Amino acid sequence: MADTRLRRFEWAPVRGVWRHELALFRRYWTSSSFASTVEPTFYLLAFGFGFGSLLGHVAGYRYVDFVGTGVVATAALFTSVFPGMFNTYIRRVYQHSYEAVLAAPVDVHELVAGEASWIAVKSGLFSCVPLLVAMAFGLHPAVGMLAVPIVTILTASGFALFGIWASTVVPSINSFDYVITGVLTPLFLVAGTFFPISGLPGWARTAAHVNPLYHCVELVRHAVFGLHPLADLGHLGALALFAAVMAFLAIRGMRRRLID
Amino acid sequence: MADSPAIILRDVVKRYRDKDGSQITAVDGLTLDVPAGVCLGLLGPNGAGKSTTMRMLTAQSRADEGEITVLGHPVPAESKEARALMGVVPQTDNLDEELTVRQNLEVFAHLYRVPRSGRRRAVERALEIAQLTGRARTRVVNLSGGMRRRLLVARGLVHSPRLVLLDEPTVGLDPQVRADLWGLIAALRDEGTTVLMSTHYIEEAERLADTCAVMSSGRIVAQGTPGDLIAHHAGDSVEEHHGPPDRLAEIETLVRRAGLPTRRTGPTVSVLRAERIPPSLADALGNGDRVVRRAASLEDVFVVLTGENVG
Repeated sequence: MADTRLRRFEWAPVRGVWRHELALFRRYWTSSSFASTVEPTFYLLAFGFGFGSLLGHVAGYRYVDFVGTGVVATAALFTSVFPGMFNTYIRRVYQHSYEAVLAAPVDVHELVAGEASWIAVKSGLFSCVPLLVAMAFGLHPAVGMLAVPIVTILTASGFALFGIWASTVVPSINSFDYVITGVLTPLFLVAGTFFPISGLPGWARTAAHVNPLYHCVELVRHAVFGLHPLADLGHLGALALFAAVMAFLAIRGMRRRLID
Repeated sequence: MADSPAIILRDVVKRYRDKDGSQITAVDGLTLDVPAGVCLGLLGPNGAGKSTTMRMLTAQSRADEGEITVLGHPVPAESKEARALMGVVPQTDNLDEELTVRQNLEVFAHLYRVPRSGRRRAVERALEIAQLTGRARTRVVNLSGGMRRRLLVARGLVHSPRLVLLDEPTVGLDPQVRADLWGLIAALRDEGTTVLMSTHYIEEAERLADTCAVMSSGRIVAQGTPGDLIAHHAGDSVEEHHGPPDRLAEIETLVRRAGLPTRRTGPTVSVLRAERIPPSLADALGNGDRVVRRAASLEDVFVVLTGENVG
């Protein structure tokens, strides 16, 4: 390593983190792929065909298509926020992995960028699987579907960073129960995934508009069924803002926990 | 640059706030130079501030006062540049157990920015140094404690650093594994790599360190070669007196009255600088089976300076 000045943000540490994750993924890809793809598919089948047989159409869509697009968003949420919370907590507190990484020429923001980007890409791609399943059950393919991975990767970035931030806030690993029940469950329910938010009380509809998952659901549906350019720019902006705020909080939280 | 010290610490202070809100000064005005190409043993009891000092050198702990320069780079301002040039072997085993030996090294070759063209060679070299070439494809979880410790050292050397920080490198290891690691560290030192090694094992410092700094309560209380430290603080020889507690207390009083240092180790009082015991005192102390004379050691220096027995 030559004695040269290094930039404030470099890609080498991100590549190093990815190298680590790829090595782990190569070992565990079957189990992690199974969990990440089959679980949302079960939701899709259970709700889509279970409720679908009772409801027929919701908000102008076949219910199975409505749920098929909604489950994409919930998959993006769960496959990003859980690794963000648990992996980073375990590596920081129990494995002390980050102490070794930060002894190398890696700064906290580069470490967070590496961890979050890996989770986001993996989660963003996995969460498109329910869409393929929905297509197998009659969802019409559309060119806009090609934009879905971009939406899910952006959504997963925000939630991965939220998870990393949460891992720096909780006093113990058991405290994640508060985050899961108190934050994630309401986000999951009030996002228009399984039922439209138009049926909710006014306050809940207002709350849904600050729910990043709602913006993801809307974008996915519009990508599949037809874009609403102006509204979609707003949804995209909301997701980007969410990811940016979470990046700030995650980096600040990790810095406080790792540097004394 | 060649003549400037690899590490310069000037009046460094690090304070922590305890859980009950009280303030703890872990490092209290530390001033220390580690010359390039030297193995310096940072000796001190637990809680002396050694690990905090190590963390400050990698900017994982930020000094409240003072200046730190590592390989010409002010820390923390240019710590990234400094970290690129040094390797760290932590006290805690933080290898990735799920990965193989080679994968652990490859990840850190990336993090240390070893160029792609030399990465494979760098990993092979690190495997050779740690004598783990035959275990390259073994998952870390299946390695013995000694192998894991050697891998930790190899990980810190994968980028051929100019400076290596070893934080208690052999703590908790059995004698055979410790001897293996000593061989590894000695080879590093002989190659001209600057080594800063914190330890509370006296024998480790005596065998490996060109020079030692004794740390107590966050400060350097003595520094020099092991020989100089022994000569200056413990003299040539030590007289160990065995006996009942009352007799030991009496010996301590007599010896201190004569201006000589003593140390108590269980049922023994050791009189340092025994070569200076005047004849009149020698008569009062007596001799025979209950008195043993031996050469002064670095352990005597450690105990005298830190007030702590070696664990």
